[in-house]
Formats: sequence, structure tokens, C-alpha cells
Amino acid sequence: METLINKLKTAAPKAALLMALATGAVLQSCTKSDGGNGGATADALSSDAASAVYVAPGKHDELYSFLSGGFNGQVSVYGLPSGRLLKIIPVFSQHAENGYGYNEETKAMLQTSHGFVPWDDLHHPKLSRTDGQTDGRWLFVNGNNTPRVARVDLKTFETVEIMEIPNSAGNHCSPYPTNNNEYVIAGTRFSVPLDMKGSTGDVALDKYEEEFRGSISFIKVDPKEGDMELDFQILVPGFDYDLANGGKGPSEDWVFFTTYNSEKSGTLKEIGASQNDKDYLAAINWKLAAKYAKEGKLHEMPANYYHNKLDKNTHTAKSTVKKKVRYLLPEECPGMMYLLPAPKSPHGIDVDPSGEFMVVSGKLASAIPVFSFAKMQDAIKNKQFDGEKNGIPVLKYESVLKGEVKEPGLGPLHTEFDGKGNAYTSMFVSSEVVKWKLKDLKVVDRIPVYYSVGHLMIPGGDTKEPHGKYLVAMNKITKDRYLPTGPELAHSAQLIDISGEKMKMLLDFPTVAEPHYAQAIVASKVAPNSVKFHKLDENKHPQAAKKESEANVTRKGNKVIVKMTSIRSHFTPDNIEGVQVGDTVLFHVTNLEQDWDVPHGFAVMGANTAETLIMPGATQTLRWVPKKAGVYPMYCTDFCSALHQEMQGYVRVSPKGSNVPIKFSTGKKKQNIPGVASAK
Amino acid sequence: MKAIHRVLMIVAALSLGLLFMFPMWKIYLKAPQYPEGLEMHIWVNKISGSSESVLQNFNILNHYIGMEPIHAESFAELKFMPYIVIGFMVTGVLIALIGKRNLAGAWAGLLMGAGAAGILDFYLWLVKFGTNLSPEAPIKVPGMTYIPPLLGNKTLLNFEALSLPALGSAGILLAIVFSILAFYLSYKSAKKELINKPVHSAA
Ligand SMILES: [Cu+2]
Repeated sequence: METLINKLKTAAPKAALLMALATGAVLQSCTKSDGGNGGATADALSSDAASAVYVAPGKHDELYSFLSGGFNGQVSVYGLPSGRLLKIIPVFSQHAENGYGYNEETKAMLQTSHGFVPWDDLHHPKLSRTDGQTDGRWLFVNGNNTPRVARVDLKTFETVEIMEIPNSAGNHCSPYPTNNNEYVIAGTRFSVPLDMKGSTGDVALDKYEEEFRGSISFIKVDPKEGDMELDFQILVPGFDYDLANGGKGPSEDWVFFTTYNSEKSGTLKEIGASQNDKDYLAAINWKLAAKYAKEGKLHEMPANYYHNKLDKNTHTAKSTVKKKVRYLLPEECPGMMYLLPAPKSPHGIDVDPSGEFMVVSGKLASAIPVFSFAKMQDAIKNKQFDGEKNGIPVLKYESVLKGEVKEPGLGPLHTEFDGKGNAYTSMFVSSEVVKWKLKDLKVVDRIPVYYSVGHLMIPGGDTKEPHGKYLVAMNKITKDRYLPTGPELAHSAQLIDISGEKMKMLLDFPTVAEPHYAQAIVASKVAPNSVKFHKLDENKHPQAAKKESEANVTRKGNKVIVKMTSIRSHFTPDNIEGVQVGDTVLFHVTNLEQDWDVPHGFAVMGANTAETLIMPGATQTLRWVPKKAGVYPMYCTDFCSALHQEMQGYVRVSPKGSNVPIKFSTGKKKQNIPGVASAK
Repeated sequence: MKAIHRVLMIVAALSLGLLFMFPMWKIYLKAPQYPEGLEMHIWVNKISGSSESVLQNFNILNHYIGMEPIHAESFAELKFMPYIVIGFMVTGVLIALIGKRNLAGAWAGLLMGAGAAGILDFYLWLVKFGTNLSPEAPIKVPGMTYIPPLLGNKTLLNFEALSLPALGSAGILLAIVFSILAFYLSYKSAKKELINKPVHSAA
């Protein structure tokens, strides 16, 4: 009897979902007859889609996914399969929400040789790897516009390091970690005339062919802490370098780059760079490159680029300026680099999990060529060359080709793999995802996506061991998929079930700004390491007040230094007098909480900056220059407790030269302020 | 006392060592915002909890109702109790060496007394903290006091409080049981010998 009730109980929600789905289908057919849209969705949607993506309240998703934000310079974290937004991680952009790039501790993260650059175009997240599999430690991302590579620590989901890339412009084919993060590799999209001092030279623009060059950077990653260091660069011919991916297994030592504009056109590239029938896939043996680098093939040139790191204990970013860069020239390093002809202006290069097949998606090509690594090795051995470019051997197309995927669709861009012998390619122009077999290159299934898919992503689909259950299509055009929101619409991602023979559409979810690429990883590799709060004992911020008795206000010339604490539900001090117009006031706020999920915010009226959000145990600094005499309220901006609205105070600002002395307090003398004031 | 009784007495004395290895008492708090719960651990010589910062978190929650902050320093007991326990352990071992049965009995009695006093003291401080509330407390519920339960559970506003003795207390219990056993068995075997002995002494 009891088991019957239990069965009913478990069956009920499913039944309800089915009902909801059925209603949805009816509604959709109604709108369709009204001349509305969405009919295609109902057709392609599998009947159990809702339960496949349903994550019950209080339950966790199976996977974390990290979607780039493109022109917002951020990474957004979504749970899969639910498509729920979990977090936005600011990387190259100031983030008023938490003060990143606004407060004194994080400003240095956005410093470059061009000065403070609080924005970038973030395209490619790549998870760190161990043995060719994602390990959940770090996320590397690229800044396209002002060439930078950043590292996000997945213990805190914070950007902890940003390095500028010299000799680069449009850092697009970036960042690609090798199988054990030996190197993170970053290539230029734009070739530029190098002045051989780490910058671009003042060169006439019609000198493209003679003067312009590209560069590929090899960034070493500390295996324990993750710290990056630019080891060396390879200066390459002046093409555009588009995307890259590393080999695996037999091809482990190699990394592959698609190139376009082998015409070396410097203007109207949409025509100029589309003349040659074939551009190239560049193959670089990174192990050999590293060996050449060690064996003294390196040249050195002066440079000037920023390397910004967040210190774990002070929670403060510091910039160092690097003054030189080492480089290799491919013509001096035989065997290090080869060019494989690839159909006109190829875009994606993706290596299958076995490491044998290199799939090149030529956005203007009618077929998808699949190269064989074994054949490439043979061709190199047998010198099956088709001339050379800038001293780099070009291999014969037929000698390296395994075959072509015929009539895959229009505008193939990117391919990922499910680890079961299947490849999935996004078709930008025909707006679909196409599934084909690596074995015989035959198309076996296709599913429409809405609309114009760019990258697609299978969790681990670019690694040795894909988690071949879901595929996320990141679409460039949204149009009518959601309620209209004026001219600017959220972009759209679509979750597709790839566990069976036929692909099944499961879910649409709106995304923040423009996701280019994404990565995903099973939650169990990340969640257990997530930091809950920073230990106050380990806070080494020079201005930290670790207990209320350490809070104070001091004047140094026209600087007023406020060492302040916050704990539910008051600041110490919360009354400050003696500040004068034109003073630079630095509020160093330490959050004394030692509990999960209790940040305190801090804001003061008229400050020309954002609030700062202080995590438990950390210290953050808000800089404020009051311009008028008066009394200025300050308050906690994060609803922290039942008495959050009471978490406020006042700063009195007197005219310049006034004789009001510095004075600060919290509460009246005889009040016993609870909390930790008297504890330690 | 025979060897076996002396061993029992030593075991009794050493069981008190558990007090330095485990808390005596645990107070569990659960609230909607604390699905993981908060645990306060009361030791013979310190106050700790399920996490390092548990005392601070207890105090933050308690200050809204005007409860005085709890700090290990505020309890003189935590300073002298360890010496009392060590005293019991040393005298326990000494009694085993001396082998005087009545001393073992007295030791057990004293220990029971000390245990009872400890529980009473614990109860008194629960009452003190639960009722001695600041008149300036932000949250005042008329007639409400916040005495946590000595044993068992009780609802205090949004918190469900549960109070239970922990492994350290088992040390005291074991010490009492073993010392009484040492006393009682030694008494019994002495009685047996007494019945057997007169034959010889008469001779
Ligand atoms: Cu607050």
C-alpha cells in the first residue's frame, strides 16, 4: 500500500510536467494559426524535454558552464541542464555590482601599457587541464581588443591574473591550454608592423605585405599556483590567425591554428582576404618550440607590457611591467611549423578526442575537410611539400587529408565531439547543428537552431574525454525567441540532448551579452573546492582592521585614512568628523564576518565610483574626494541582516582649513557593543 | 584491593582523559537560514564549535535579542576545571597504587558530586545568558527568555535548539562506573577472604 502511494508521489510531478508541456504545445499551435511564431520549436521539442532540464528547487545542476560574454568583457556561469544563471565574473570590465575595477584593490587588474583599460572583448574561455581532461582549477580567457589573457580561480570565481600580450593585435586565437597546462597559447588575429620594441611601428598602410607580422605567444603556467609567465613568442607570417586547438594522444605535442588572409590584404578584407581558394592550417610543434627556446634559438627584444596579479592574502592586485620578450623565428627552427592548405578562410579548428583528426570548418567552404595526423606525420617524413611560405613548408593538401564531409550545411564554423565517434558542427548560415561520423564522414542527423549558431560546446568536447550528454548552441541572432525588449535583445543559447541517435532540443535560455565560446565541467570537480569565506587570520591587507578596537581614522596631509570594520549590523566607526573639502578619503573596510554568504557593501553619498562589496574576512577600499561641506551618509549596500537598514553612518565634511579635529566613534560610551570588538 | 581492582581504578582515572579529547556537551542550532546548522561545543577547558568561527556567529545572532556575547574568557570555570580533572586523574592513579578501597569509594563519591556541580553550573549559565538581556536589544519579544535547553530540544524564535551531552561526558560516566566497580568488587572479594581467613588466624 505504502509503495503504491510512493509511486504515485514520484509520478505526480512528471505527470504535471507532461500536462504543462501538452498545454504549451496546444498554445503554440494556437499562436501558429494566429500567424505567430514558435511552431518549429514544438515540432523539434522532445516530449520529455521539461523533465530533462528540470532541477527541483534546492537541488543542484549536474554541470557548471562558463559562457564568455563577448563585448561585456565578463564570463557568465550557468548551471546545466537548467540554464540557470549562477554568477557573472567580471574579467576585463569594471563591474559596478561589486566594485571590481573601481575599488583600490582591483584597479591594477585593468592596467595596460595603454593605461587603464576597463573593457575588453572576451571570446574564449578554456578550462585548465590535467592529462588532457578538465580539472576544475582555473579558467583562462582572452581579451581580444587590447591583447590580454586572464586567469579566473575556480575556488573563488574571481579574476586573479591578467597579462597583456606584446606584439599582438586582436588576441583572438587565444587562450589554448596544452594537455597539462604546460603552456597557454595565444595568437594574433590582426597582423601588424612590429617595431621590434614590443609595439607596432609607424608604417605606411600599403606596406602590409612587406612589414606586417603576426605572433603566437607561449605562456607558461605554474603547475601549482597557476601563475602565468610569457615564456616566448613565435613571429609568424602576416596572415590573420583565427582559432587554435591543441592535439591529444599522438598529436599531443602539436597545436593547430586556422589562418585567413594569406593574401596579406590590408584593406577591404572581406574581398581582399577572400581571393585565395585555400588558406592555411598552421601546425606548430610546441614541444619542439620549447626545446628550440631552451637551446638558444631565442632572440630578445625590448618590450613594455603589464602583468597584473591579485595577491591571495592582501586581496590586492599589483602590476609589474615587463621589459623584454623572447622570440623564435620559424625559418630558423626546422620541423617546428608547417602549413596545411585549407579551404578558403577557415574558422574553427577542432581536434577529435583521439587526437588523430583535425577538423577545419571553412565558413565559406562547401565541405568540411578532415585532416589526419598520421598522414601529416608521413607527409612531413616524405617531404610531400607544395612549396613554402616565409620559409615554412606547405604540405600537399591531398597528402594530409583524410576526407571531406560532403554537403554538411552552409557556413560551418565549429566542431565538438561526444567521445562516441561523433562530431557536431555548427552551421552559421543554414542555422543548424549537424552530426556526422568521424569514421566515414557521413552526416547522420541535423537539428535547426534559432538563429545563426556560432560556437557550440559539449562539456569536455574539446578534451580527451567528452561528457557527451548535452550540447549547447550559442546563437548570434535571437529575434523572436523571447518577449521583445526593444532593439537590443538578449542572446540565446540552446541546450540539445545528444545522448541518443537523434539530437533533441531541450531548452532555450537567454545569455548575457554575446557568448562566443563556452566550457562546461561536471560540478563535482569544482563545487567541493569553492571557498565559503576568507579567513580573517590570513588577511594580510596592510590597512585591515581585524577587530573593532583596531578601527581608526587618521589624517596624513590631505589624506584621511579610515580603517573601518563591518559586522552585522554596524560599521566601526559610524560617525566620522574632521574631514575637509578636497581631502582624499580612503575607506578601508574589513568585513569581520566569518560565515558563508554574508558580504557587506559600502557606499558613501556622492562618491565618483561604484560601491564596493566586501567578502567575509576581506578588506576593500573605496576612495572618495568630497567636494562640498556637509554631512554625508554612508551605508551597507548588501542586505545582510534584519537590521541591515540600520547599518549606516555619517561623515561630516567641513570647509578646507577648518579646525574641526578628526573624531570617530560608534555608539555611546557605555553601550556594550556586541560582536567581536572585545573578543580577541 | 587486588591487582584487578587497581587496574579498574586506573582505568577509571584515565577515562577522565576523554574530557580533553572530546567536548562534554553540544548545543545544536538550526534555522531556515542555517540549513547546515550551527554547533557549539562545550569542553572542560574551552568553547568551540562545528567551525572555527562558530562562537562569533552565535554572538552575532544573539546580539539582536540583547544576549551578552559568549567568550571563553568570560568563564572562570574553563580555567580551573581542567586542574580539577587532572587532580581527579592523579589522585585516582595514586589511590590505585595505594590500594585502599575506601579511598576509591570516596573518589567516586567526590567525582559524582563534582559532576553534579558541573551540570548545575552549566544550567545556571544557560539561565544567566538566556534571561540577562540588554534593555537596549533591537528585538524584544514581551515575556520571552532565551534559555537554551539543558537536555533535549526547544524552539527559540526562528531557531530550533537541541542540547545533548557529548563524548567527554562519557569520560566522567565511565570514571564513576569503573571506580564504583573497583570499590564494590574489592569489597566483595575482601568479604570472601574474611570468611575464609578466620580458620588460619584461629590456628
Ligand atoms: Cu551589512
